[in-house]
Amino acid sequence: MKSLLRLYAIFHKEFTQLLRDRLTFGMIVGIPLIQLVLFGFAINTDVRNLTAALVDQADTSLSRQMVSDMTASQVVDFQYRVATIEELTTLMDQGSISIGLYIPPDFDRRILDRNRVGAGGNRAAAQILVDGTDPIILGVGRQLANIPVSFDSTRRLQGSVGLEVRNFYNPERRSAVNIVPGLIGVILTMTMVLFTAVAIVREKERGNMEFLINTPVKSLELMLGKILPYVVIGFIQVSLILILGWFLFRVPVQGSLIDVYLATMVFIAANLALGLLISTSAQTQFQAMQMTFFFFLPSILLSGFMFPFDGMPKAAQAIAEVLPLTHFNRIIRNIMLRGAEIDFLSSDILALLAFAFIALSIAIMRFNKRLD
Amino acid sequence: MNPSQENYAITATGLSRRFGSLLAVNNINLKIPTGSIYGFLGPNGSGKSTTIRMLCGLLTPSSGTVEVLGLQIPRQAEILKHQIGYMTQKFSLYDDLTVKENLAFVGEIYAIPRKQRKQRVNELLEEFELSSQAKQRAGTLSGGQRQRLALAAAILHKPSLLLLDEPTSAVDPQNRRDFWVTLFSLAEQGTTILVSTHYMDEAERCHRLAILDEGVIVADDTPKNLGENIDMNVYEVITEKANEARIALLKLAEVFSVTQVGLHLRVLMPKSVADSLQKVEAILHRNGLTGTVAEIEPNLEDVFVAVTEKHRKEQRQERTKGKGQEVVS
Ligand SMILES: Nc1ncnc2c1ncn2[C@@H]1O[C@H](COP(=O)(O)OP(=O)(O)O)[C@@H](O)[C@H]1O
Ligand SMILES: [Mg+2]
Repeated sequence: MKSLLRLYAIFHKEFTQLLRDRLTFGMIVGIPLIQLVLFGFAINTDVRNLTAALVDQADTSLSRQMVSDMTASQVVDFQYRVATIEELTTLMDQGSISIGLYIPPDFDRRILDRNRVGAGGNRAAAQILVDGTDPIILGVGRQLANIPVSFDSTRRLQGSVGLEVRNFYNPERRSAVNIVPGLIGVILTMTMVLFTAVAIVREKERGNMEFLINTPVKSLELMLGKILPYVVIGFIQVSLILILGWFLFRVPVQGSLIDVYLATMVFIAANLALGLLISTSAQTQFQAMQMTFFFFLPSILLSGFMFPFDGMPKAAQAIAEVLPLTHFNRIIRNIMLRGAEIDFLSSDILALLAFAFIALSIAIMRFNKRLD
Repeated sequence: MNPSQENYAITATGLSRRFGSLLAVNNINLKIPTGSIYGFLGPNGSGKSTTIRMLCGLLTPSSGTVEVLGLQIPRQAEILKHQIGYMTQKFSLYDDLTVKENLAFVGEIYAIPRKQRKQRVNELLEEFELSSQAKQRAGTLSGGQRQRLALAAAILHKPSLLLLDEPTSAVDPQNRRDFWVTLFSLAEQGTTILVSTHYMDEAERCHRLAILDEGVIVADDTPKNLGENIDMNVYEVITEKANEARIALLKLAEVFSVTQVGLHLRVLMPKSVADSLQKVEAILHRNGLTGTVAEIEPNLEDVFVAVTEKHRKEQRQERTKGKGQEVVS
């Protein structure tokens, strides 16, 4: 009973302060809003109409067919037609084009050779020059390279080659649909960890903690009371993202809304626990912020939000498995996009629970009611 | 519990605290009688806060033992927390909560039942003249109001021991006087109070006093005894040219210290010096200064100057002696 009252005291106090702190409250609403609009509109991984140049030294019906297939994909726009590979390189050096296609005079012959030996053998039939400084364009180049390979196996497959290209760069495919579920995790990671870490460190900095730890309040009561308001905040943010996601980008929730919130709750718990852990090491709000970003950056980069998880080196994948965001991204995409049901025994949920439990335990062990 | 312990709210023996290479509190012994107002007098950095923090279990001593209200500290600090009130040197309530919210919060933290809590909060608002500020944010209060709020919060749960760390440093004289009236009435009700300060007039009001310097208790007695037992003669010198007189007096090795107070000088000379009054007069005369010299009663400031200076001189001597030995060996 006494314990509950003390817990309520901390919770209530924290919530009152939160509502009065305009800046924090602005961040609670502002961060999801800005990020959603920013990522939703600005980050467009649908690659269309890259400026390209073409050297077709074969000029056969087969080569023309391949070029028109590529053009039909709308990924590249052959704005330049030049005679030699040197001119192509010059254009690339000038930065006028992102992609160059070189078809040698003996294109048909090479295709036939490859047919005989089998795919993968012998010389390449044509060459794609790519501006490798941009990873997205590099990826496009790789995809385009698949066209001649499929093409070469037999002329009968030509139709399916065209289909394959549309599959990759479907004009209907919208990145917002992928990005919004991922954003839930990103925004929660940023705000939940930061808010809790700062909430406790602020009390140390302002001297409130010295009074508080000299009262009968228990470490656990103090910690739970401090983080519970942020669970509420987390849910407000998720709702905001879902609503905005629907109105701005028509991002659907295929699975059940309850599952979305359940998954979010587990994820919030993991992040709050981490925030607490950070608060036990940081002495100033600035340090707390630094530590949060130290954690936030790899989360964004490695969790599969930015780059496909499967494409990462093994070591990066291993690090990613430790990050809650990686697991949450899988869970939430499953629920929101594939319409899957939440499975509390799935390795991802268990990983999140384990993370929360371990981080909270260490935080409570490290937090003592002392100043030294 | 034996009877001798019962009479002391706080006993500490051989208490030390180190921060890296700095010895912030150096082997102090304390006995604070139950129901008394006990003062820590010392300049900034003398170890007052560090000692208070060790007494309530916030800092672990580097060595020594502490017993507070019969509890072993820091081992039993959690039990102690129900029975002590602590007013930190820095305002430690919440600036963004109102006066009433702050007090209600503290009441909840001490798990006081709802009805009693409300009653107690209102009672304290009345008593500390904060009723009209009840809905005002603590951050917008004046220094005196803040200090009253902090004291109200510290005694809300009616602790039997009150630790006050420089409670009056940001408060005007009138508020300070009122504050001391409150302290005396709390002491009358049986509360033991430990208060740190660097104001002489406040220290004078304490039942007992420990003077701290560089982490050491250099004197420890009632203010009256401290004044009487000082082994210095104090002379008041009234002269037109106080500054010249000061410079002249300081050249005499037997003069312990000279302090200018307004137009007068207070001169301390060790009791061991014979004919010290005549010596002071002679110096003035030799320097062509006219004025009067009279022996006066030592006040607490004289005590403070005497004991801290003595301690520092001893320290210096020890250090140079140490160095000398090093050179020899
Ligand atoms: N947490 C700490 N870390 C390092 N040094 C400290 C710490 N707390 C106090 N000190 C040092 O210990 C000495 C005594 O400080 P303190 O007890 O605050 O003195 P007072 O309260 O009398 O002004 C000072 O020199 C101070 O710098
Ligand atoms: Mg201090």
